[in-house]
Amino acid sequence: MSRRKTDRLLHLVVCLLATRRYLSAEQIRRAVPGYPDSPEAFKRMFERDKDELRELGIPLELGSDDDNEVGYRIPPHAYELPDIHLTPDEVAVLGLAARVWQQTTMAEAASGALFKLRAAGIDADPGGSPVLESRVAADDPAFPALYEAVRDGRPVAFDYVKMGGSQAQRRVVEPWGLTSRRGRWYLVGFDRMRGAHRVFRLSRVAGAVASAGPDGSVKVPPGTDIRALAFDFGERPAERRTARVRLRKGGAQGVRRWASDVVPVDEQWEEADLSVWDAEWTASSLARFADDLVVLDPPDLRDAVIRHLKGVLS
Amino acid sequence: MTTTSSDRLSRLLALVPYVVSRDTVSVAEAAEAFGVTERQLRDDLNLLWCLELRSPDPYCPIDLSYEGGDITVAEAESISRPLRLGADEAAALLVALRMLAELPGAAERDALSRVVAKLEAAAGGAAEAARQVSVEVDVRAGALGQVQEALRTGRRLFLSYYVAGRDEHTEREVDPMRVLVVDGRTYLEGWCRRAEAVRLFRMDQITAVRVLEAASSVPAGVRGRDLDGGLYQGTAQDVLATFELTVQGRWVADYYPCESAEEIGEGRLRIVLRASDARWVRSLALRLGDQARLVAPAELVDGVRADAERALALYT
Repeated sequence: MSRRKTDRLLHLVVCLLATRRYLSAEQIRRAVPGYPDSPEAFKRMFERDKDELRELGIPLELGSDDDNEVGYRIPPHAYELPDIHLTPDEVAVLGLAARVWQQTTMAEAASGALFKLRAAGIDADPGGSPVLESRVAADDPAFPALYEAVRDGRPVAFDYVKMGGSQAQRRVVEPWGLTSRRGRWYLVGFDRMRGAHRVFRLSRVAGAVASAGPDGSVKVPPGTDIRALAFDFGERPAERRTARVRLRKGGAQGVRRWASDVVPVDEQWEEADLSVWDAEWTASSLARFADDLVVLDPPDLRDAVIRHLKGVLS
Repeated sequence: MTTTSSDRLSRLLALVPYVVSRDTVSVAEAAEAFGVTERQLRDDLNLLWCLELRSPDPYCPIDLSYEGGDITVAEAESISRPLRLGADEAAALLVALRMLAELPGAAERDALSRVVAKLEAAAGGAAEAARQVSVEVDVRAGALGQVQEALRTGRRLFLSYYVAGRDEHTEREVDPMRVLVVDGRTYLEGWCRRAEAVRLFRMDQITAVRVLEAASSVPAGVRGRDLDGGLYQGTAQDVLATFELTVQGRWVADYYPCESAEEIGEGRLRIVLRASDARWVRSLALRLGDQARLVAPAELVDGVRADAERALALYT
């Protein structure tokens, strides 16, 4: 983009910030160098410039003094970053946070924020702390579009392959929020076709995310806890109960952290109690210890493990 | 850094307050702070210096000089303060800070909460979007406090560590280098004195930790990994395992990064997983039961069958 345009926009910002009165388009054209003489060409260029300033987050106010023509100004109180004072330990963690994002648009936003804070006299070192480092990936192709939709309160439509399915289905969603657990991003929102809130994994969104309504039309219900909704797996299927298992001496290390009452049986075996929930789920997590672990009780868990192991052989 | 017109305008608007808040700054220092060359920065300064409004009377709102390589601003009027944070800028920092503030027992927790509060106050309405985005951290990082203490005091650590892929409990002494928080999981990166190499330990798999009297001594020249290259870099010794997943087993492809994935009809999926240890592949195959079938490599397929047969024999 041209140096001339940057120069024009810079003049425009300074001009509108300096004025207390609203300036009409014509007054702006006279004050800011670089606008064309033709009224039509000026109008088009001025419209684009206004959009560009708004995109940068520069608050452009439209209004009029007394009975005068409608004009523009940038109120300094809405433009200026309020005073912010940070202690050295606060500055250090800020530098650390600024390097967290690996996703391009978030990473650029973080460094943009750091520029502004630096301009306010805060020397956050992007070198950060040598002993604590953090990264968050957000590389799902749907991330940028869904983030923007959440930010702008805009309904979206996308094709989605649900868990366990292989065919994509069109979904129309009012996005409430995004959350990440163990490297995976989830969208929580109101699914219009199902008439209830749903959770979508970003990696299962197929193809482009389309807009399905105007900005600001999504109303997040007050008190919505995005994370609680995303990771709510319903009621636990059964009461917690105690299973008695036999562990090979020196083996099945992975369950020993949760085992209690470990007592020796003979040269080869020990017995222990394990606290378990659902039989099927427990069976699959115990099967990985192969012949280092035998379930003695309860019978339904014992049967589930046998079925599971037979499944491996089928 | 890309130099679109809007990036440059943002930089120009930040440059004046940057100098104003510091009285005087060298061109070199400012160029470094904004990630541009000195030549680019001089051109920015020139644009600001030439700024002149023509109407009603011509005047120059900014009076700055950068002769001799030192920038000073005598008059900056309306642009002496930086622009407010935008919604994306506030979100990028606040989401990251809130994530880190959740780390159990982290030394920085207090500072993190204070920055969050101050940034929220400064960002005002722009902080709204940040409330709708979050990254969870694993709270099972109980060893973090002691690991950070060892880092702070330069001491060695004793670890009991569970290696899930081998179902092994290990004990070792480690000279800590860094704490890493990557995609919500917390790790200790350190010089393992048993392996005589840099090793990564997942905090939630550390079953016991003790700060030792001995001073930590990471050999000279030893470096941590470059995080931007990914936490795990594959090696030539890795095992490539092929699984055929049933509809019920398709979650595996979501859960673990796959080398490849291919639809094979009836909702089934053929995937290739990379693992540093064959024992991990065996334990995954046993855990999956009839949700998936391991098809390669052949010796592992046989191994899994043998594991399951021996296990079943104990139930007869």
